[in-house]
Amino acid sequence: MKRRPSVRAALAVSAARLINWLSRRTGRGSGTVAGGRVGLRLAPTLLAHLARERQVMLVTGTNGKTTTSALIREGWGLPVAANATGANMPAGHVAALIESSATAVVLETDEAWLSAVIDQTQPAVIVLLNLSRDQLDRASEVRQLGERWRGALAGVTNCTVVANASDPLVVYAAELAPVVTWVQVPGMWQHDALSCPHCTQPLRFAEIWSCACGFTEPTASVRSDGSRAVFDNEEVELTLALPGAFNFVNATFTLAALRAVGVSLDEAATRVAGVSSVQGRYGRRTWRGRELRLLLAKNPAGVAALLAPGADLDDEVWVAINAQTADGKDPSWLYDAPFERLVGHNVRCLGERRLDLATRLEADGVVATVVDDLNVLTLSQGPVTLIANYTAFRQWMGESTPC
Amino acid sequence: MDGGVDTVLRIGLLYPDLLGTYGDGGNARILAHRARARGIEVEVLETRVGEPLVEADLYLLGGGEDGPQRLASDLLMKNDFAGRVTNGATVFAVCAGLQILGNSFAVEGNDTYPGLGIVDAVSGRGTSRSVGDMAVKVGDHVLVGFENHGGVTTLGVTVAPLGAMLRGRGNDGAVDGYRAGRVWATYAHGPALALNPWLADELVASATGLELNPFASVADELHRERLASLGL
Repeated sequence: MKRRPSVRAALAVSAARLINWLSRRTGRGSGTVAGGRVGLRLAPTLLAHLARERQVMLVTGTNGKTTTSALIREGWGLPVAANATGANMPAGHVAALIESSATAVVLETDEAWLSAVIDQTQPAVIVLLNLSRDQLDRASEVRQLGERWRGALAGVTNCTVVANASDPLVVYAAELAPVVTWVQVPGMWQHDALSCPHCTQPLRFAEIWSCACGFTEPTASVRSDGSRAVFDNEEVELTLALPGAFNFVNATFTLAALRAVGVSLDEAATRVAGVSSVQGRYGRRTWRGRELRLLLAKNPAGVAALLAPGADLDDEVWVAINAQTADGKDPSWLYDAPFERLVGHNVRCLGERRLDLATRLEADGVVATVVDDLNVLTLSQGPVTLIANYTAFRQWMGESTPC
Repeated sequence: MDGGVDTVLRIGLLYPDLLGTYGDGGNARILAHRARARGIEVEVLETRVGEPLVEADLYLLGGGEDGPQRLASDLLMKNDFAGRVTNGATVFAVCAGLQILGNSFAVEGNDTYPGLGIVDAVSGRGTSRSVGDMAVKVGDHVLVGFENHGGVTTLGVTVAPLGAMLRGRGNDGAVDGYRAGRVWATYAHGPALALNPWLADELVASATGLELNPFASVADELHRERLASLGL
């Protein structure tokens, strides 16, 4: 009788493999989630079974988790099992661990699933990048999410939590964890945490943030300072193939996470330098003869990062906004994102909610055209920066090809 | 304020640091844009926590979570916001803002918290959250928007709702918000005025005393498209 759970798990693994093989074979899917789902149905503790005796890192946060997971995977210097297709809930995790038996594991984890995945995988490292508004119509509001993280992290053992000290909600979530490496990220998006998570009084933001109730920014042992990742006793000058100042932040979290499992900073930095595209993001692509650079931004903080002063955008910028379930059905967030920074660019509004976007841009005096017929996009030439939210990004990935 | 070419419209965004969960600042942008398009000079002013209430002709109150909502209510009480309304200011309040202007609202659990009592309305917590598109018949117009709240608001017998529900829940499934003098309130959250240019214009007209010329914009197309998407 004692062996039963593992017999059940072994059966579940076989079933999941079969489903994945069929899924790929019939061309109905990339074969990651379906098998994982079936496996979990057959053996609800399958993820725990598969994660046993492996060194697991979880990466979560509203923005940057896919890129940071990819950087960790590359930077580790060992074979790594990872849910690299972005399927970041347990079915995707199970699929990743069935696909690869590598002992080093990095799992990008959906914010709402963090607690359950911690229970199942007993991670060695948990990376908490940030916590801001994303898909509010279906996910808990950010404070409630912070509350749930806090409960889950208070009890973790044998685990280093690498957490963003500049994000008050992340600090609220992680402050009870036994071992925390705080990473300071000067100048990050703080609009979602203007009132104190402890007492709701307004937070004061100066060199560090603080509240009258005593809740204050913890002293960080790691700091992201432009292209430099500054550690207590060591400093790394990062060179990245990925664009954008925010990717230096992601890389700094990557180094802090890898250092927690004994990887040398310099070696990790050299390895992450070569990553130039993550699931099609950032890379140049072509669509009907137009050269596109596809950027994903699905919430205000993501847009703020992409449109940061000095961002390298083409003169022509297409912005594609959908509001399907995966995007959040409510595009109100368009008004919290600094789209006014597109002024001076030639903007084309695409996607199901192009009129919402165009209304927003018109109020800001940004010159923008609503594109109802994609054929007009082939009438002009030159490189294009395409910013798209989640499902729109997937559509454009599907319709374009790598350069 | 008196009308005329040198009219200045002062828009006061109240506590965006507490009541700004869903792009609520968008309403100020839209109002400013539409007023300027009519040659009206506009100042957008903000009151944040700890600051004195700005002097404005048109005040905006947004949505927020329980804790921030309580604090905003306390601060508006302390700063005699009711006095501004008595003196004729125009107000547009959404979601948490709608509740704050009433007699009381529900907070964590089912505790009741005092509101400003400017409008005879009591807000409790419903058995479920209402999340999705909504539409309300307001006179000859239809207000379209998105609601995301767990509130149920009961209006006093003398208070007129903003309008009757065509889609969604609003106050109670039958009606949405209220209209009391120069105070407009709705559960359509966030940048509701972006989707309803006609309402933005009514507010500007109320606050300036001016009759506004028509102004064609992409927002009109957006309003039509939202109506069509709801089968209206």
